[in-house]
Amino acid sequence: MTVKTETPDEASAATARQEALAPQKKPRSLAGLWFVLPFFAAYVLFLVWPTILGLYYSFTDKSLTGRPVSWIGLDNWAEAFGDQRAWDALWNTAVFTLYSTPPLVIIAIILALLVNRARKMGWFLRMAFFAPFVLPVSVVTMIWMWMYQPDGGLVNHYLQLLGIQSPEAATLWLQDENTAMMAVVMTTVWWTVGFNFLLYLAAIQSIQPEVYEAAAIDGANWWQQLWGITLPLLKKTTGLVIVLQLIASLRIFDQMYLMTAGGPNRATEVAIHYIYIAGFEGFRIGYASALSYVLFVLILIVSIVQFRIFSREED
Amino acid sequence: MTALKEAPTPESGEKRALKPRRGRLSVGAVIVYVSATVLALFWLVPLLWALSTSFKTEQAASLGQPIRWIPEDWSLDGYKVLFERGEHLTWMLNSTIVSTIVTVLTLILCVLAAYGFSRFDFPYKNVIFASIIAGLMVPGQALIIPMFDLVNALHLSNTYWGLALPQVVAPVMVFILKRFFDGIPRDYEEAAKIDGAGHFRILWSIIIPLAGPIMAAVGIFTFIGSWNNFLWPLIAATDPSMMTLPVGLGTVAGGYGLFYAQTMASAVLGALPLLIVFLIFQKRIVEGVAGVGLK
Repeated sequence: MTVKTETPDEASAATARQEALAPQKKPRSLAGLWFVLPFFAAYVLFLVWPTILGLYYSFTDKSLTGRPVSWIGLDNWAEAFGDQRAWDALWNTAVFTLYSTPPLVIIAIILALLVNRARKMGWFLRMAFFAPFVLPVSVVTMIWMWMYQPDGGLVNHYLQLLGIQSPEAATLWLQDENTAMMAVVMTTVWWTVGFNFLLYLAAIQSIQPEVYEAAAIDGANWWQQLWGITLPLLKKTTGLVIVLQLIASLRIFDQMYLMTAGGPNRATEVAIHYIYIAGFEGFRIGYASALSYVLFVLILIVSIVQFRIFSREED
Repeated sequence: MTALKEAPTPESGEKRALKPRRGRLSVGAVIVYVSATVLALFWLVPLLWALSTSFKTEQAASLGQPIRWIPEDWSLDGYKVLFERGEHLTWMLNSTIVSTIVTVLTLILCVLAAYGFSRFDFPYKNVIFASIIAGLMVPGQALIIPMFDLVNALHLSNTYWGLALPQVVAPVMVFILKRFFDGIPRDYEEAAKIDGAGHFRILWSIIIPLAGPIMAAVGIFTFIGSWNNFLWPLIAATDPSMMTLPVGLGTVAGGYGLFYAQTMASAVLGALPLLIVFLIFQKRIVEGVAGVGLK
């Protein structure tokens, strides 16, 4: 849903799996089952069961109005694959991903490099860059929607003050289909880059100082050290960040729902948003379930790729 | 911060230049500290602007008024209106209740399960464990439709349990805790077993005290995640009196329209709880995020 919610510790699954494959000697009894059972019961009820239920609904004409349900085979699926609005929503999701991922990687690296050098201000800087991340999405969108106000909003005010924008041709930001997605992306970057920044900062600080000392003895300046040592050593973190970003972007919804309601002219209507509209505004649970499953499979593919990459790295 | 104060003045640069080695560094350091400060202030602009506006009169906050960072007439009207309306307190209370239920239940279920997986062998253990691994890849957002139906069928819509329970299943937390438990030496437990302690006693008085920091991290992240969850409460709470803070702010307070002092006051109130949580637990949160990438 948001770019952030899921605490992205999926990588730990890889370690966990290794451990499961090599069980140590433990007492074999039913006692362990009792400890696992409460979680497993909740897991089956609130994760496995909805997954099955959603698949079943996708083959029915189930409606939110509660009229009798009948099996309609692959009709929903056929409709979904021929639904231009669904493809547009997926395309908008892809556009959001393409716009948001590069700044969320590059700005995070720049901030981390800066904070790593400015150690004396570390606490303040970490707070400034990470604090937006803990804010509820609606607080973020309320503030930004107001800053984006075309007439008298803070963003246009300063753009005009700097002479970048002429007062006669004020940018409409959220009301213009050419800028709406960009505006949502900028807000998202401000909101969530702090998380990636902390990942990079930790990675940079875990690099052994001896590596730099050796490079300095060889006469490498800071620019050469950056490109020769730091950035190559951040490759693994970048891989993690990109995959997490990809999964989070496929689930994007909140910002668009709040800032543009998918508009103008559906320019920011993303996948989850269309599912929401089909299900809760169009009352078509069956059809929305089929749409959900298409998205589900896409996210699953990305997750499996991620899982493979990171479990290989752990070996 | 001291370096920051010195940085922009040329004299301090010269003073440093007298010391041969540090002088060379300080040129780069000045650039680093100045640009870091500028960027940090730039990053704080939206928050500071919201804060500034929330203390203005509606008249001074409206569009078309000159941009003033320090309000001319300080006013608490924006906040006063909100407290008279009372919605924010309800939403905040709802969010607190829901997030607390989610956090406590997640911790209980995940600690028990992690202990079970870490210390015991039982029939179908690997099958159960593998199925939970698979659950990591299931995106909750794609399940909102059947989840809504399920919660309705359980007669839980517009209740705290309906809001909380679907958020409780967190396979990833089981893994984090299990990995930590795996690293705790068995010696203590063996000694306790000889003294006749049962499994629960061992978990409660040996494992859990040792796992304090990791449990705190799991708890904090679960709480923040649940507090900021938007999509599920949007669907599950249609009754305004059951809305959580993010949903109430987004749907009801978003409609305050042109009353910007009031809107920004509600944004500030909405930001406060988690900012306070963040400031209190900053170290743990930063370490927790860092841990994601450093395995």
